[in-house]
Amino acid sequence: MTSRDEVVFGRPARAAEDAPRAAANCALSSAGLSKRFRSGQLAVDSVDLAVPTGSVYGFLGPNGSGKTTTIRMLLGLIQPTAGSYEVLGLPMPDGLPYALPRVGSLVEGPGFHPYLSGRANLARQDAADRTANPATASARIDAALGRVGLLAAADKRYGAYSLGMKQRLAIATSLLRRRELVILDEPTNGLDPQGTREVRGLIRQIAADGTTVFLSSHLLAEVEQICTHVGVMRTGRLVFQGTLEELRGPGAGRVVVRTPRPELAAEILGGELQLADVRVSGLEVSAELGSILPETVCERLVKAGVPVAGLETPRRSLEEEFVQLTGEGFDVD
Amino acid sequence: MWTSAASPTGPDSGELAERQSRGAKHVPPWFRLFRSELRLVFCRPRNLALLGVLAFIPVALGVLFKLSLSGPGGGGGPAFLNQVAGNGVFLGLAVLVLMLSLFLPLAVCVVAGDAIAGEASHGTLRGLLAVPAGRTRLLAVKLASIVLFALASCLLVVGVAVLMGVVLFPVGRVTLLSGTTVPLSVGLLRVLFVALYAAAAMVALGSIGLAASTLTVHPVGAIAAALVIVLASEIADAVPQLSAAHPFLPTHFWLSFDGLFRAPVDWSGVQHGLLSFAAYLLIFGAVAWARFTSADVAS
Ligand SMILES: Nc1ncnc2c1ncn2[C@@H]1O[C@H](COP(=O)(O)OP(=O)(O)OP(=O)(O)O)[C@@H](O)[C@H]1O
Ligand SMILES: [Mg+2]
Repeated sequence: MTSRDEVVFGRPARAAEDAPRAAANCALSSAGLSKRFRSGQLAVDSVDLAVPTGSVYGFLGPNGSGKTTTIRMLLGLIQPTAGSYEVLGLPMPDGLPYALPRVGSLVEGPGFHPYLSGRANLARQDAADRTANPATASARIDAALGRVGLLAAADKRYGAYSLGMKQRLAIATSLLRRRELVILDEPTNGLDPQGTREVRGLIRQIAADGTTVFLSSHLLAEVEQICTHVGVMRTGRLVFQGTLEELRGPGAGRVVVRTPRPELAAEILGGELQLADVRVSGLEVSAELGSILPETVCERLVKAGVPVAGLETPRRSLEEEFVQLTGEGFDVD
Repeated sequence: MWTSAASPTGPDSGELAERQSRGAKHVPPWFRLFRSELRLVFCRPRNLALLGVLAFIPVALGVLFKLSLSGPGGGGGPAFLNQVAGNGVFLGLAVLVLMLSLFLPLAVCVVAGDAIAGEASHGTLRGLLAVPAGRTRLLAVKLASIVLFALASCLLVVGVAVLMGVVLFPVGRVTLLSGTTVPLSVGLLRVLFVALYAAAAMVALGSIGLAASTLTVHPVGAIAAALVIVLASEIADAVPQLSAAHPFLPTHFWLSFDGLFRAPVDWSGVQHGLLSFAAYLLIFGAVAWARFTSADVAS
């Protein structure tokens, strides 16, 4: 266990002393989870997940960073080449038949039989579940279809569904029963804005029922709105894990002052207040805030006779944090 | 692979208790999955079309035989055809012999090759495994549905052919290959046994298709692989220089059922055949199981 390049904002992504305590009330946890494909590529590289029970965990990362591969391992679809993991507190893979009925999942887009109706496809999923109650099957299927707004199209052939309808049906499979954990791999892929909103609402609703949600997504705005915790993947490694606040970092980064006398303001900021990286652009002056409070800056400026037209401490967006963690690169490998 | 022992943290103990209290109406979970699998196989338009073709060919062959036999220069042709003019029951056997060379194996290969690879290519396999359906259990249900499909195909072909024989040709006491005559009912029973024997041959082929199906995510590839094995085996079986290898070929015993049409019944051919089919089922069933329970599902 090292924390080589995993230090983010001065905090190691995996704190050794945290690990056992975290695992105790984690819906999902892993230690050193790795997958090397037969091609030789290390798609997932010693990932230590800790998804707290009751959280909505956003699993972020650029294309090809290993999100889907990690999810496939968690669901027992592919075998890890190293490491161990637990689902709902049960060690895998031995606990698989006991844990997975309590887990709803959607992996890498919808997959159904095109010549069966949406309802028949759900019925098949339910029939495969040996712990589901057959007597309540049709009621549960209708309820799941209702929750994703597919009741009207339930008897249409799946092959005739639009992309969004297919995605909704895939989400419906994870709602066939009450779950303790729901794992969703890019659930809003292909949905229209209304559909995206509805799914977001649905996820909030699922979480409000006490279900832990593990959600992989590219939509940072979506993650910002619904997630409590975030994990960020980069080329197979988990480069950050923590709450959304921790990701945003401590306080505001910079202060921006709008004033008709920018030179004087810059002098005060850089000289008297000793702020770093003072920049002037037009009538705006900005600087690294450091440990100084914005109200102190304002007070000093006014005392020095700088007319302050506006003062801002813009928060860094999640997108900026994300890009800083995962790099600007567009090419995938 | 999966243990059936109840876990203390087992899922839905409330639901289980409720199900047990309902008692009589309770459907065993394996039967639910099996029923769902049968629906998938027997309601799929493509498979229905296959069964339709299997039912139509005996009708066409019956009419064709009727026309050719009533013309000059009858005789010759495939086994049992000479007896058809005397007794329509033999049409069932003549048609089965013809259908075993291509159409029956084709239909079985399509269904068996599609079993796992089809689910993988539709993306439904990951869903089923995440339920979790259980890999061994899913494979067992797939094999069971292949057995039923093979049985249905053979009974359909022989049934339709016998029906055509009854309609088109005279029917009566059945003269066996050994010259003795038995009542019609006994003759029909023996035809049924032949159909069951052919179904056993198709099940063995089905296990080859199922094994191929676990090796790829392209159903067409699995179907083609199984068919290539059938063709290669039939070609090798026709080469006299390879006679030492003939008993080990998967198709060698497919037509060894004429002993059932002797009195007393000559079991040796049928016994060898069933032994060969059982060996193929065991070997390829094991290959399929070993592969499927360990393979990464990355489709
Ligand atoms: N079956 C496979 N065989 C070989 N390599 C694979 C396989 N599946 C995935 N990979 C590789 O593993 C890496 C991670 O893929 P993965 O699908 O996990 O990425 P992802 O984070 O889900 O990306 P995206 O955001 O595009 O869905 C990729 O480089 C991919 O090429
Ligand atoms: Mg993915």
